[in-house]
Amino acid sequence: MPTAFPPDSVGLITPQLAHFSDPLALACGRSLPAYDLIFETYGELNATASNAVLICHALSGHHHAAGFHSVDDRKPGWWDSCIGPGKPIDTNKFFVVSLNNLGGCNGSTGPSSLNPETGKPFGADFPVLTVEDWVHSQARLADRLGIQQWAAVIGGSLGGMQALQWTITYPDRVRHCLAIASAPKLSAQNIAFNEVARQAILTDPEFHGGSFQEHGVIPKRGLMLARMVGHITYLSDDSMGEKFGRGLKSEKLNYDFHSVEFQVESYLRYQGEEFSGRFDANTYLLMTKALDYFDPAANFDDNLAKTFANATAKFCVMSFTTDWRFSPARSRELVDALMAAKKDVCYLEIDAPQGHDAFLIPIPRYLQAFSNYMNRIALI
Amino acid sequence: MRADLEIIQEWIPAGSRVLDLGCGDGELLTWLRDHKQVTGYGLENDPDNIAQCVAKGINVIEQDLDKGLGNFASNSFDVVVMTQALQAVHYPDRILDEMLRVGRQCIITFPNFGHWRCRWYLASKGRMPVSEFLPYTWYNTPNIHFCTFEDFEELCREREARVIDRLAVDQQHRHGWASKLWPNLLGEIGIYRVSSPGLADHKVAV
Repeated sequence: MPTAFPPDSVGLITPQLAHFSDPLALACGRSLPAYDLIFETYGELNATASNAVLICHALSGHHHAAGFHSVDDRKPGWWDSCIGPGKPIDTNKFFVVSLNNLGGCNGSTGPSSLNPETGKPFGADFPVLTVEDWVHSQARLADRLGIQQWAAVIGGSLGGMQALQWTITYPDRVRHCLAIASAPKLSAQNIAFNEVARQAILTDPEFHGGSFQEHGVIPKRGLMLARMVGHITYLSDDSMGEKFGRGLKSEKLNYDFHSVEFQVESYLRYQGEEFSGRFDANTYLLMTKALDYFDPAANFDDNLAKTFANATAKFCVMSFTTDWRFSPARSRELVDALMAAKKDVCYLEIDAPQGHDAFLIPIPRYLQAFSNYMNRIALI
Repeated sequence: MRADLEIIQEWIPAGSRVLDLGCGDGELLTWLRDHKQVTGYGLENDPDNIAQCVAKGINVIEQDLDKGLGNFASNSFDVVVMTQALQAVHYPDRILDEMLRVGRQCIITFPNFGHWRCRWYLASKGRMPVSEFLPYTWYNTPNIHFCTFEDFEELCREREARVIDRLAVDQQHRHGWASKLWPNLLGEIGIYRVSSPGLADHKVAV
């Protein structure tokens, strides 16, 4: 009953599966003989296939970016605030493709999938992937869908890195790149947070060197801790203060270590708990590694301007003032390099209290600028 | 187009690279792109102006001019433009230095505080001038560094910047014989074209 959905929703969506049987050579030196990518599409591809937009997801994201999978869904896709009729990524104009990346745990081939060679889950045997590997796999999906060139490749955070990589790896196949709350590479501090998250998983006794599925368990505590650490860094001091302050669950202090006393503790535990029930530990390790390894300038004498020399896309870079995980300074670094490379670029630093998560939140100024940019995109 | 922009566009060579400091809603850059194949960037920090620039497809960069132009290489633009913003920045002398460093040529427009009406207002009322053109009171004005043509030219002399062109115009941006004769008394807005001391003449010819 699609009529039950809001008028600016893409409505009821059914994911699709694409199987690829050509081996995919990977940066690590290994290759995947065959793999599946699960994806969703919103809107209609036009006759010249010039209105296609690729959405790249972040660390814990997936293909379900907009709309609903059933009328009973409580929540729409993760970027529903930005994708739909009349929204910044307007499905009346664009044909939107959103996939679960290779190595994911939402339907694309990943560590939790069965390895056809062994008949067992890949687990720790699944190859470590890079952002560039993802871009190659996404290019194959584009080929499959008859899309020679994306009108835009769009992503936030790790998704922004993929959008940037597209302009470097396939300069002729992307006209606009929108990198939101992203960075040209991670800082030492950022890698450090990822390492804490990984150690939490790796040292969980139930991790079993990555083959926990075979043992019929999940490294729940490790995943929980990893998510809790991550979650702290996605929020700002201000937004946490406003949301929880020093609020307590009960009236008085318990003077012990095992009760959940502060509201913020309860929230983090809930987030961790919920996450550990739906996310694969090996995928988490893989995603954080892809983040850490991303450094496209490493192949260009560490010169970021040179890195983008062959890019033909126009760029839109946006950051959020209280984002300390992917701070505005990192976006400015990117913008300065793009200007030095004489690329078309606009840059917005959106005043927002929500920290890194701001890119998922419908902040009026953000949505307005996003819409203005997308409306300008010409369809050939 | 705004009248002062109409005048300065004539000083910007076709096909040149322009950096517009305080580019507003992108009016000048849009016109230059559409009529003179000019490329470049506009710096702005007002959200509404930035949104309008994005809608026009202008390369707008959200940046605070008071933090300088340290992110731009020396001599990386043919022309650096700053219209009606000199009086609103914290360090006009530093921004002039930065403009001269980044651009081969600089075009600057600003209101003349030496205009007879300002002088008369201050002399007769003993209070800071408020007019239709500059409607702010002293405590809420964004214009924190007023100067006169004489003051600005003195700063250029100090920095050994060469004044290539100067136009003194009224609010309607007319430049009649009177403002030519006594610019600092009768000109309301100054439109200056300056270049840095080290630059050879042939490089600045339009």
